[in-house]
Amino acid sequence: MLIKGGNANSAVTQVLRDVYALKKPYGVLYKKKNITRPFEDQTSLEFFSKKSDCSLFMFGSHNKKRPNNLVIGRMYDYHVLDMIELGIEKFVSLKDIKNSKCPEGTKPMLIFAGNDFDVTEDYRRLKSLLIDFFRGPTVSNIRLAGLEYVLHFTALNGKIYFRSYKLLLKKSGCRTPRIELEEMGPSLDLVLRRTHLASDDLYKLSMKMPKALKPKKKKNISHDTFGTTYGRIHMQKQDLSKLQTRKMKGLKKRPVERITEDLERKSKRIKKN
Amino acid sequence: MEGQSVEELLAKAERDEADKLQRITVHKELELEFDLGNLLASDRNPPTGLRRGEPPPEAELRALARDNTQLLINQLWQLPTERVEEALVARLPEPTTRLPREKPVPRPRPLTRWQQFARLKGIRPKKKTNLVWDEVSGQWRRRWGYQRARDDTKEWLIEVPGSADPLEDQFAKRIQAKKERVAKNELNRLRNLARAHKSRLPSSAGMHPTGHQSKQELGRALQVARVSTASVGRFQERLPKEKAPRGSGKKRKFQPLFGDFAAEKKSQLEMLRLMNSKKPQLDVTRAANKQMREEDQEEAAKRRKMSQKGKRKGGRQGPGGRRKGGPPPSQGGKRKGGLGGKMNSGPPGWGGKRKGGQHQGGKKRK
Repeated sequence: MLIKGGNANSAVTQVLRDVYALKKPYGVLYKKKNITRPFEDQTSLEFFSKKSDCSLFMFGSHNKKRPNNLVIGRMYDYHVLDMIELGIEKFVSLKDIKNSKCPEGTKPMLIFAGNDFDVTEDYRRLKSLLIDFFRGPTVSNIRLAGLEYVLHFTALNGKIYFRSYKLLLKKSGCRTPRIELEEMGPSLDLVLRRTHLASDDLYKLSMKMPKALKPKKKKNISHDTFGTTYGRIHMQKQDLSKLQTRKMKGLKKRPVERITEDLERKSKRIKKN
Repeated sequence: MEGQSVEELLAKAERDEADKLQRITVHKELELEFDLGNLLASDRNPPTGLRRGEPPPEAELRALARDNTQLLINQLWQLPTERVEEALVARLPEPTTRLPREKPVPRPRPLTRWQQFARLKGIRPKKKTNLVWDEVSGQWRRRWGYQRARDDTKEWLIEVPGSADPLEDQFAKRIQAKKERVAKNELNRLRNLARAHKSRLPSSAGMHPTGHQSKQELGRALQVARVSTASVGRFQERLPKEKAPRGSGKKRKFQPLFGDFAAEKKSQLEMLRLMNSKKPQLDVTRAANKQMREEDQEEAAKRRKMSQKGKRKGGRQGPGGRRKGGPPPSQGGKRKGGLGGKMNSGPPGWGGKRKGGQHQGGKKRK
């Protein structure tokens, strides 16, 4: 859901249009301007999300205090879960870069660089939000030749550099190809402004997975403290006399010995009886 | 010589291999974290080459991106692949990053009828063995399914029980019984499902989807249909043998047995007083309503007679003067207390309905 604020300028509008182009079949871009302030009043956003059944949104606006503002957020049960405000410092749009673009609806690859993404809670939520936003639909198989583009986020000096590249697979002699990148899509330099993150328990509630989706524990496998994996195998009862072992030719009984053994066994039986 | 050239060849081959691998290997201090289900890679290395006060040049960002992407692609190419319609397709694992859900977890479904019963009685599911000993074939067979242990569909001989009709087809009977059991099972399953989704359909108005309904249910459905007209069933005619339903009138409300003692005392004393008094008691409104109803009925009867006679005699006027003006000379009893004003209750449209130009003066008593 891509919404324009009451005072969105051309740069912000272009950003929204580019993101819409990236997310083509799964996004909805509202043409009209909506005079709301997401950080003060969330009811209109929730209403929109209920009507269009979208839970991810991006809201663009511009004013003197916060120029080129972009609010990216997600919903849980049609109520706002997280909202992060980002300021756009530099923007190069899709049409400014004269290259061939990739077809719509391809699943992008996401790469996050920089250790800032794990340091603060804000950045961690931002990372999870960006993953949620830009990853495509979940698929179980993917055509290897169909991996077309990469979105690369670098966190550096308090800024986040968002670049998108088209992938070129070159021959490398072995099976895995060599990658060459070509700048394709929108590139943004973002700075983190305000955040409205969900409280811990709401976040925990939203992460709750139903029992069916929980990863199934494998039975009969255990690990010990040293890292060794132990497994348990259940076998049927075996007839050990018919067990197939290695045949040592040297230990084979010679016919003379076998006859004597038989005689001994017979005599034992007679004795018992 | 030859030995040397063989060695040289081997060395050259090795160098070539190394070169090839070099083209795709990337050296990083910290390994990247991969989530292949989401096609995601996280690089934890601090970008040392770029750590300056100014924004990094595009070329450096691109080089970093290229390295990271190469590593991700290497990982992806190691996944198990299969060939689907002349394209090479890799099977992705499940995504490992936990992301919050869009909608809340669905609520647990309500228990089915059997589950409720079992819970009540404390019945627990009995663990059954997978295989059952089959005498006929002399082996262990599964409990149900293909080649099951006691399969009665494969019997070639069924004894006719003593109580049954000798000409009945026992095989067909068995098949029919099975079909009925399956249908009943299916019905119960659908009912459980409907209960789980709370989809009660009021539009079917008491009619059962399968048609098996009891007499009472049908009667109730019929009554509901009758009453669902614009005039709440007042002008619905009954079928020739249809009986009026029992208990469809106004429900009488009774006072509770142990209630207000003061009110009870008061009502009992009032009743005694009425019984002892000599004068008969009169409820004015009830009397008036009763009178009005009697008059309406008489008039309706008259109208019917008039219309019949009119049809037979072809338009001649019926008995003239006897127009309903005042009250018929009536019985005593319930007439006390100023009923005059209320007796002018003849139907106002009566005059207008008369045929011909009959003199409308008549005995119109005001």
